[in-house]
Amino acid sequence: MELLRFATAGSVDDGKSTLIGRLLYDTKSIFEDQLESIERTSRDRGDEQTNLALLTDGLRAEREQGITIDVAYRYFATPKRKFIIADTPGHIQYTRNMVTGASTANLALILVDARNGLVEQSRRHAFIASLLRVPHLVLCVNKMDLVDYDEDVFNRIKNEFRQFATKLDIGDLSFIPVSALHGDNIVHRSEDMPWYDGTSLLHHLEEVHIASDRNLIDARFPVQYVIRPQAQTNHDLHDYRGYAGMVAGGVFKPGDDVVVLPSGLQSRIAAIDTAGGPVDEAFAPMSVTMRLTDDVDVSRGDMICRPHNQPRVTQDIDAMLCWLSEQPLSVRGMYAIKHTTRNARTQVRGLDYRIDVNTLHRDESADSLSLNEIGRVTLRTTQPLFVDEYRRNRTSGSFLLIDESTGATVAAGMIL
Amino acid sequence: MTVPTSTYELTHLQSLESESIHIIREVAAEFERPVLLFSGGKDSVIMLHLAAKAFWPARIPFPVMHVDTGHNFPEVLEFRDRAVEQLGVRLVVASVPDSIASGRVRERPDGIRNPLQTVTLLDAIQEHGFDAVFGGARRDEEKARAKERVFSFRDEFGQWDPKNQRPELWSLYNGRHHKGEHIRVFPLSNWTELDVWQYLAQEQIELPSIYFAHQREVFRRDNMWYAISEFTQPREGEEVATLTVRYRTVGDIPVTGAVESTAASYDEVIAETAATRMTERGATRGDDRLSEAAMEDRKREGYF
Repeated sequence: MELLRFATAGSVDDGKSTLIGRLLYDTKSIFEDQLESIERTSRDRGDEQTNLALLTDGLRAEREQGITIDVAYRYFATPKRKFIIADTPGHIQYTRNMVTGASTANLALILVDARNGLVEQSRRHAFIASLLRVPHLVLCVNKMDLVDYDEDVFNRIKNEFRQFATKLDIGDLSFIPVSALHGDNIVHRSEDMPWYDGTSLLHHLEEVHIASDRNLIDARFPVQYVIRPQAQTNHDLHDYRGYAGMVAGGVFKPGDDVVVLPSGLQSRIAAIDTAGGPVDEAFAPMSVTMRLTDDVDVSRGDMICRPHNQPRVTQDIDAMLCWLSEQPLSVRGMYAIKHTTRNARTQVRGLDYRIDVNTLHRDESADSLSLNEIGRVTLRTTQPLFVDEYRRNRTSGSFLLIDESTGATVAAGMIL
Repeated sequence: MTVPTSTYELTHLQSLESESIHIIREVAAEFERPVLLFSGGKDSVIMLHLAAKAFWPARIPFPVMHVDTGHNFPEVLEFRDRAVEQLGVRLVVASVPDSIASGRVRERPDGIRNPLQTVTLLDAIQEHGFDAVFGGARRDEEKARAKERVFSFRDEFGQWDPKNQRPELWSLYNGRHHKGEHIRVFPLSNWTELDVWQYLAQEQIELPSIYFAHQREVFRRDNMWYAISEFTQPREGEEVATLTVRYRTVGDIPVTGAVESTAASYDEVIAETAATRMTERGATRGDDRLSEAAMEDRKREGYF
């Protein structure tokens, strides 16, 4: 069974909680004690209907204020797939949460209210999904029951979104007309929309092809940890020296010629070990331990790759930055940078522009980024990093900036 | 991990295993004094198994710690000692009875020691100078835990601030902290109860026997079956019975309920887990019933 991670974006008004509640309920993923608990709370609060949002709003403050503050993770499974939902709040002040949820998602689900059509928020969500290179995007036109299941309404929204999407970089785009409240096209095909010849949302989530979304071409292995058993316990392991890590791209096989960065030393893969035995090949996101035929010096933060396909080794980085902190970006300021298994420091040399997440307008006069703002920056790092374009590899193309005094994660970066 | 097929697909259990191993290695690489919380409960058993895999063929490079309430199932204690010995890891026991004896905490009138564990845990973290503490909590267990990060910052008092958590993106984990602060690490964040059982079966991992159906003398309190033991006796009027039960979670005896079940093997437990209509904590944990936000409140103070 495969694992699919998807992020949902949209506000309570769009019926996002109802939609998630419906998916969980119809796949029998809500438990009786959970349902009883939210029924009781809904009653106590005087809500007319059981408020399914209470399922995901787990913090006291969220329940008290009736808003979603933070990403909540929900889990469900069908006989075909296991799903992890990153449920993210939709309002602009929570952009950073959507960025967080989207960073690991295979698919983004954006909700639109059929009565209102595309609004500023829908465009922002689509932009963020494309910026974070979520490979699949589904636009759910919800509340179709309130527009008499009208095909024209659906087509109008679909065409408008398609037009907007040409400005973005979206790999796979699907449109599904639904009514989360009544369950139309959520788990089962709707009888009220015979004109719709696509699949239900759940069927789409079960069938969408995600295996080829990973980069299987550019072999990248950031060394995470060096495994050297203590010889006194087992003499056979005296010379064992394994490089543990998670494959970030491409396919590695025993016998492959490899080069280690930054030293540039060449060697060959002797074996790829796991605790369950050696494997014939390793690809992302497998955690394995690699042994090389030569006794070369390799340590955490190094990168193993193929001689004829190497990442860029550089101290100068152009990147899109999403600012995550209340403390604004200080141009020329120093930050810690975390990229794959490598830690360094970096100065933000310049801010090229700030992008308006609603209109996509670029403001070149901007001199800072505040919480939830996105812009293009140039960085100079204290040590070389081994980078790929984020569009080619979400692992070797991404980084975090960390405030050196507070330790807070202040920005998420995507390398251009 | 079995050899993947040439379609380059991983099963959900392979993906989860790989993610957890990545997290465990990251901690070993970036922290000075990590420790893994090990109670003998199924989640901590899996965590220890994954740690062993992460560093194979070397030993696990950090100790394990049991925060012992003194109210243990003997089967679990025996299992704990055997597991630790097999893997050759060092066991640190942080004892709630010791905390009571030294006056750090006071026994509650109801005799429940789960909430007292927080003080014992934080004292032990401080005493040993642990900077990263692995816990087996899962996000599917409970709504406050659903909001938890994989790397979760704790201040010098061990407190969790759920409204001020570090964003966590991709597979990049920020473990920065000052001396005296620490990071709780949850490598099983994305596992569900069903995943846990499927993985235990796949890997043929041994568990304490009380996870499988057995006969036990129990009494009925607050709609749950509790074991009759040296720590827990029925009060007058409470129904007493000998039933075939098993445990879905393992904790402090006075707050851990048993469920009626005849599931005696992994496959039978998996079938039961797949069909159950109650969450494991809802079905078996008296301590979560204190209030809507019982877990959030305990977590804020430094609980697991």
